[in-house]
Amino acid sequence: MNLITISGPPSSGKTSVIVKTIDALKRRNLKVGVVKFDCLYTDDDVLYKKLNIPVKKGLSGSLCPDHYFVSNIEEVTQWGVKIDLDVLITESAGLCNRCSPYIKDIKAICVIDNLSGINTPKKIGPMLKAADIVVITKGDIVSQAEREVFASRVRQVNPKAITMNINGLTGQGAFELSTLILDDKQITTVKGKELRFSMPSALCSYCLGERRIGEDFQLGNVRKMNLGDK
Amino acid sequence: MNKIDFINLNINQVIEEYPFMADYFSENENLFKDFSKSPSSIIDELTEEELEDLAIDKELTLNNYYEYFNQMLDFLGIEDDRVESLTIIKGYDKSGIRETHDLTINVGEVIAIVGPTGSGKSRLLADIEWIADEDTPTKRKILINNKEADKKWRFSSGNKIVAQLSQNMNFVMDLTVKEFLELHANSRLVEDVDNVVKKIIEEANLLAGETFDLETPITSLSGGQSRALMIADTAILSKSPIVLIDEIENAGIDRKKALDLLVKEEKIVLMATHDPILALMADKRIVIKNGGISKIIFTNNEEKQMLKKLEEVDKFLMKERQLIRLGQSIKLESLHID
Ligand SMILES: Nc1nc2c(ncn2[C@@H]2O[C@H](COP(=O)(O)OP(=O)(O)OP(=O)(O)O)[C@@H](O)[C@H]2O)c(=O)[nH]1
Ligand SMILES: [Mg+2]
Ligand SMILES: [Zn+2]
Ligand SMILES: [Zn+2]
Repeated sequence: MNLITISGPPSSGKTSVIVKTIDALKRRNLKVGVVKFDCLYTDDDVLYKKLNIPVKKGLSGSLCPDHYFVSNIEEVTQWGVKIDLDVLITESAGLCNRCSPYIKDIKAICVIDNLSGINTPKKIGPMLKAADIVVITKGDIVSQAEREVFASRVRQVNPKAITMNINGLTGQGAFELSTLILDDKQITTVKGKELRFSMPSALCSYCLGERRIGEDFQLGNVRKMNLGDK
Repeated sequence: MNKIDFINLNINQVIEEYPFMADYFSENENLFKDFSKSPSSIIDELTEEELEDLAIDKELTLNNYYEYFNQMLDFLGIEDDRVESLTIIKGYDKSGIRETHDLTINVGEVIAIVGPTGSGKSRLLADIEWIADEDTPTKRKILINNKEADKKWRFSSGNKIVAQLSQNMNFVMDLTVKEFLELHANSRLVEDVDNVVKKIIEEANLLAGETFDLETPITSLSGGQSRALMIADTAILSKSPIVLIDEIENAGIDRKKALDLLVKEEKIVLMATHDPILALMADKRIVIKNGGISKIIFTNNEEKQMLKKLEEVDKFLMKERQLIRLGQSIKLESLHID
């Protein structure tokens, strides 16, 4: 089986790109499934199901979705193997700019859209910086020049990645993506593999459910802003 | 230059020798603060905690830095591979029937692509953009200068072979025309930014019905002004030798001048259109049916004569539109078309 990890900011077009790419993969008679990782809510699973794509979803609730992803990716891989998938795609809501779900030797794709503003590439950290392929969507809404400026910003953050434009509505570019994501190396487990980027632990009292505000209640890894008075 | 040497040059030296790197350092100013040091030593001096805070992986950061430098060098060297011609080698339509024509298009030519919605015009444009090599659903093959094209065109994000002018030419960035053009010129490593910006706005104002200036916010340009700006920008600033246009409809720009400008800048222009004036301005038109190229029509003399008449009709319509806009009445006798 081939495992592909896809991440990107909310509503950047991940599902649209995945659906169009799966259309192209299906034409090659490949069986593709999807697992969606999100934080509080998603109805992506309903959409995938409607398109007859085997799907599972996981909601991380109070955890960073990427931490939750690593804790579950081996089980998810085993699900894919059990139902005989040729390709398993994970869609992660890139809600944490400090983390990314990318694993060494597993294809990593970041989906980001042209509308998100020219400083977004700089802001979103490992999710963009450590990807193999960067897909830029919603080019149909902006001008050629804005697409170029945006792509050059992406290149400054991640010059190694293949950067491509895909229209999530029409699927233009998705066929091309489908030719880039498959690997000869098949996997049956991710046990023993490593994350591309370490995830911060950041354990403070609020991580553990504290609600009360004030120094008396702050324990563990607490950091204070510098407001310039000192 | 090899990687070890490069990452150990201090930043001031790098910027002096390679001015195009200045932008990189200002984009990464949170990390590279002290220009008297080298990127390698700056990162070496960070503590574990600082590395984690900035979400930096030492090796990845330095690799990316070196890779960016090399790509920019390549990008500047692109003049060497000029595109003189583009050839489309026949593939198959949606029913698996072989297309009947190969087609070569030379620099300075304008080609129209016609056919009903959904017939496969966008697929043809996508095949060209991807420099298809019998590896797309149509199995077409694209040659550049009569030779198999270098696959680097597919992946180099900086020097795309194709610039697309899509139907939507909205802007979303919160910038003035001047700021925007400067940003774009910088991303293309243009040297004489001020002059290039001036030239673009001049040409754009020749195309647009209503003029605008450098201080206008791009988001407040009208549809016609945005199109005019984008066409001038693509003609003058974009290095892409092939321009694909998806329907420039009438909205307030001089279409003939627009095409002339693109062709003058030595581009190959392909446009999907239903507009008779645009279609007849082209030297040839490709007719798409059921996903395949079914016919190639050369614009003949009769059609060229017809084009003149259509242009008169168009001018007439523009004049009437102007009268309506100015709040005047329309007179029947103003209609003279022979
Ligand atoms: N115009 C345009 N709209 C797009 C494009 N790609 C996606 N969209 C629209 O953007 C919205 C979000 O797309 P999704 O594919 O659901 O985005 P997502 O990243 O999966 O979103 P979440 O999973 O909820 O984070 C939808 O309304 C899509 O139709 C595109 O290329 N152009
Ligand atoms: Mg989604
Ligand atoms: Zn996180
Ligand atoms: Zn916490």
